[in-house]
Amino acid sequence: MSSATRPIKPKKKIYKRWVIYIVLALIYVWALSGVPVEGFKETAGQISKAILSGIFSPDWDYVYLPEGEDLLRGLLDTLAIAILGTFISAFLCIPFAFWAANNMSRIKANAGIGKFFLSFVRTFPELVMALLFIKVVGPGSFAGVLALGLHSIGMLGKLFSEEVENIDLGPSEALKATGARPLQILWFAVFPQVLPGFISYTLYRFEINLRSASVLGIIGAGGIGTPLIFAMQSRDWSRVGIILLGIIVMVTIVDIISGYLRKKIV
Amino acid sequence: MNQLNEQKLPKAPSRIKHYLTFILILFLLWGSAYQTGSTFNELIEGFPNMFSVLDEMIPPNWAYFDNIIQAMLDTIRMAVLGTTIGAVIAIPFALFSASNMMKSTWIFYPVRFILNLVRTIPELLLAAIFVAIFGLGPLPGIFALGIFSTGIIAKLTYEAIEGIDKGPLESMTAVGANKIQWITFSVVPQVAAYYVSYVLYSFEINIRAAAILGLVGAGGIGEYYDRTLGFLEYDKVSTIIIFTLVVVLIIDYISTKLRENLL
Repeated sequence: MSSATRPIKPKKKIYKRWVIYIVLALIYVWALSGVPVEGFKETAGQISKAILSGIFSPDWDYVYLPEGEDLLRGLLDTLAIAILGTFISAFLCIPFAFWAANNMSRIKANAGIGKFFLSFVRTFPELVMALLFIKVVGPGSFAGVLALGLHSIGMLGKLFSEEVENIDLGPSEALKATGARPLQILWFAVFPQVLPGFISYTLYRFEINLRSASVLGIIGAGGIGTPLIFAMQSRDWSRVGIILLGIIVMVTIVDIISGYLRKKIV
Repeated sequence: MNQLNEQKLPKAPSRIKHYLTFILILFLLWGSAYQTGSTFNELIEGFPNMFSVLDEMIPPNWAYFDNIIQAMLDTIRMAVLGTTIGAVIAIPFALFSASNMMKSTWIFYPVRFILNLVRTIPELLLAAIFVAIFGLGPLPGIFALGIFSTGIIAKLTYEAIEGIDKGPLESMTAVGANKIQWITFSVVPQVAAYYVSYVLYSFEINIRAAAILGLVGAGGIGEYYDRTLGFLEYDKVSTIIIFTLVVVLIIDYISTKLRENLL
């Protein structure tokens, strides 16, 4: 009796599962075969110890130096790069967002091209963009600003276009019925609906950009990354420690403020 | 009647807050532009340079493709192994930071704090530190990706664990299951799909990250940016960029399809 009511396991799924296992196993065999296992450097333990002791005894004097090139100024620079880069992209991505939104263009292919363009920008790494901008405007914070500003268009444009796709078309139709021009429709019916979402996504992207800005200096695009890579190359681990600490504290504080603002807006 | 209407008419909300916000944003922008030395002049002056760089990038040097294919395979390997390490380490972290798994706030708050700390450190910095420890090569890159993805996967998974249905948990407790049985039969079936989806998501992120880790000497295709840009060989740079884009887009597509099937 009891065996009759028991459901039979679907056979197809078991077969499918084994295929997945085999594919996974093959991927791992391939991946592991390519890794050179020449063992660790014998100095690895020593260096890790030096790094750990450096990180736990940070170089507090570096926080503020009167003659410049200190932690606070580096962090301020990083913050400025992130703010300016985010703002540039938030402005530049608005036309792209409307381009990529399905409900804003009559031809569906048009929005598809916009979406593809945005995903193309998204996959273009910001560090490579920064490398190219360094060749254009020279090394320094400005190259970092431009790289972040262009790279963030990809993600912000996508998020913004999803926000545009979700709007209620009622107000736009009502305005159209009263004879409003397209620009007026945009300003009075579309913008008020999408603005909170836009601001919230911009803040979210700002959090991401702050993290990116702190590494841009590694390739010479300004911010705290430059002194960090110098300290690493000269094996000044207590300075590396204080810079890491500074980055962690700054990112955490900005995350908390930005999270609070985002909760208030939405 | 008229008077009554006037009394009930609400006042327009004060706009001072909006103006203040606007001024604050302007001030922030001005300060940032001042701090970074960004000016329109510089952009306009740099514009001709941009076109000359773009001009040299086109057409890409397709012959260079053969030189970088091995490095690209290395990049994918690094992402696979890094994601795997992250996925394994993330499991205990996710379990320990979910408030319905660990009843004591003394356990899950500190673990979450550690996860937050890990997520604030960019993967390129981790890679630079590991390069100092282990020397050049893909190994430091793999470790950096592993730690970085631990932070992402553990956070997303613990949020999934906190959202599971309580029923199976209670019934497992009622039949007297021990802690491990409790987790394998009531938690795992509910979160497994989410977990795999998050692992794939972090794999997508890791592929992008692995492509640039070479800039600090941590292996993969990123090393070739340094080599080619140093000699101003922009046609080769554009080959690398296009190859990376194609690989990333293909992997993204596969991974997105898999994730759609899972959830």
